[in-house]
Amino acid sequence: MVEHRPWSHLAAHLILIVGVALVLFPVYIAIVASTQGPGEFLRGTLPLLPGGHAVDNYRAMWESGLSRAGAPPVGQMLFNSLVMALAITVGKLSISLLSAFAIVYFRFPFRLFFFWVIFVTLMLPVEVRIIPTFQVVADLGMLNSFAGLSIPLIASATATFLFRQFFMTIPEELLEAARVDGAGPLKFFKDILLPLSITNIAALFVILFIYGWNQYLWPLLITTDPDYYTIVMGIQRMTTAADGDPQWHLVMAAVVMAALPPVLVILSMQHLFVKGLTETEK
Amino acid sequence: MASLKMEGLKKTYPGGVEAVKGIDLAVADSEFVVLVGPSGCGKSTLLRMVAGLESISEGRLCIDERRVNDLEPAQRDIAMVFQNYALYPHMTVFDNLAYGLKNRGIKRDEIRRRVEEAAQMLEIAPFLPRKPRRLSGGQRQRVAMGRALVREPAVFLFDEPLSNLDAKLRVQMRVEIKRLQRRLKTTSLYVTHDQLEAMTLGDRLVVLNEGRIEQVGTPMEIYARPASLFVATFIGSPAMNLIPLDYLKETGNGLLNDLPEGTDLIGIRPDDLRLQAPSEPHLVVEATLELFEAAGAESHLHVRLTGNDQTLVIRTAGQPRVAEGEALRFHVTRDAWHPFNRESGQRTDTLKHRAAAVCLLDACKRSGTHG
Repeated sequence: MVEHRPWSHLAAHLILIVGVALVLFPVYIAIVASTQGPGEFLRGTLPLLPGGHAVDNYRAMWESGLSRAGAPPVGQMLFNSLVMALAITVGKLSISLLSAFAIVYFRFPFRLFFFWVIFVTLMLPVEVRIIPTFQVVADLGMLNSFAGLSIPLIASATATFLFRQFFMTIPEELLEAARVDGAGPLKFFKDILLPLSITNIAALFVILFIYGWNQYLWPLLITTDPDYYTIVMGIQRMTTAADGDPQWHLVMAAVVMAALPPVLVILSMQHLFVKGLTETEK
Repeated sequence: MASLKMEGLKKTYPGGVEAVKGIDLAVADSEFVVLVGPSGCGKSTLLRMVAGLESISEGRLCIDERRVNDLEPAQRDIAMVFQNYALYPHMTVFDNLAYGLKNRGIKRDEIRRRVEEAAQMLEIAPFLPRKPRRLSGGQRQRVAMGRALVREPAVFLFDEPLSNLDAKLRVQMRVEIKRLQRRLKTTSLYVTHDQLEAMTLGDRLVVLNEGRIEQVGTPMEIYARPASLFVATFIGSPAMNLIPLDYLKETGNGLLNDLPEGTDLIGIRPDDLRLQAPSEPHLVVEATLELFEAAGAESHLHVRLTGNDQTLVIRTAGQPRVAEGEALRFHVTRDAWHPFNRESGQRTDTLKHRAAAVCLLDACKRSGTHG
């Protein structure tokens, strides 16, 4: 169905351009805003061309942050976010890989029961169980710690399910061949299952990293010490400064920096991601 | 180099389904035994029990006089070739072959030597650095064989290894497997549902049906003297014709009077119904030709018995001058009859008629030339 009608081509491209512009314009505005001086926003109109204060703004945010609004330096918050997001991602991946492995390849009593228990947790996202979870974390003395930030978010069923589905598509003969070749369960997991899942792992890594990075409510609840503020909740603090108008140019600089790590993760994982979608190795 | 012994092997699945109902079988050192039977007869289950991939519900399994019932597959000193090859897709051919050896802690130099030797033998040396997905079906099959070969196991197990190949490659690989086994003299157990593969490969055949052994013997023994109706119709293509004794008696002569007790069906191989009358005493079957199939060196005649609705298939050499719709007379000599009892499904001349067995030895030689 290849048609050569110039008008439909033009229309298609126009729609695409409008779509891209709709998505990119706010990003552009954020970047432009982060280069303005302190006075620009107070005039009421937002300039559409970059200003000359980029270096000042970014340096100020990176080094000292908005201390008046109770936000630590952005560098510190980025680090906290990174630690939390990585802990959540790695934790989720390893736990779900292992539990999917157990569910698919082992016959143990109450296997189905455990399967359903994992399934049920899908219905209980953090927001639903947030109060009891907070209570537990508080009782364990994990408030204001990286452990408290990440551990409650690690247990999740989504990744377990995806891996389970993937493992079930791997032919059983592969396991049997490995058994004949003298590979025990863990060796099979390490030598065969993990290398075969690598593209799935990469895809989930991206998704879970962004999930962890974007956590807002949970860090807001359990961190009271600015040393443990994450960037997403930190930005929120900056905008609700108690004394006067928020300093948008600085907030925008923080926003741009907060958006960079997920972009980097996606770019670096992209080739694996695409490979996983286009190539079947079975 | 090892013998393999099964004593009363049984497999009962949870839920009470019996897949294997008591198998006694001894495989001698360096023997090539083929398990053959229709799908669902338990042949694959039996092989997987030997491999250690299925647990053994009852009975004893010994490899080289060592009871291996409860050993892991890797400890049984066996190697297996799977139907869909089961190559590790992310490893190169070299690593596929080497993986089992690495797991056994064999030294790197020794692994390299063995892999290269096997690759040489199977002519896959140029593919060693490739991944399996870049190989053709036949090459993958060779890699799967190589993986079994490098282990230098006591017993080879083959689980329908040729059924994923096209017809031409299948014949070629069949010859190669046989040649390889002759050369290595490794005890082998081979599962197939293809009776031609079974006949040509095995030193001995084991015909299985519904989890039981129907007959054990050399391919020609089984072809010449099938022990039951099941074996008679399963081995040989086209299948053996079965004609009710009553019909033959109505139309036949005194030759049929001294058959063993209980005989009510006579089996006749498609090759044994001759158009030319032999000089020795023989039985005459009259039939109408319904369909003529020319298949090159031989022809298949589909005929309908006169005065009966039954159809027979007859195989003759060359292309006889016959026309469809023509009434024909076929001649069957005494040594070509296989007497059966319909009720029990068994051959009726098993013990009593020793004399007939002598005739059958001749038949054995004869069918060896054109079977």
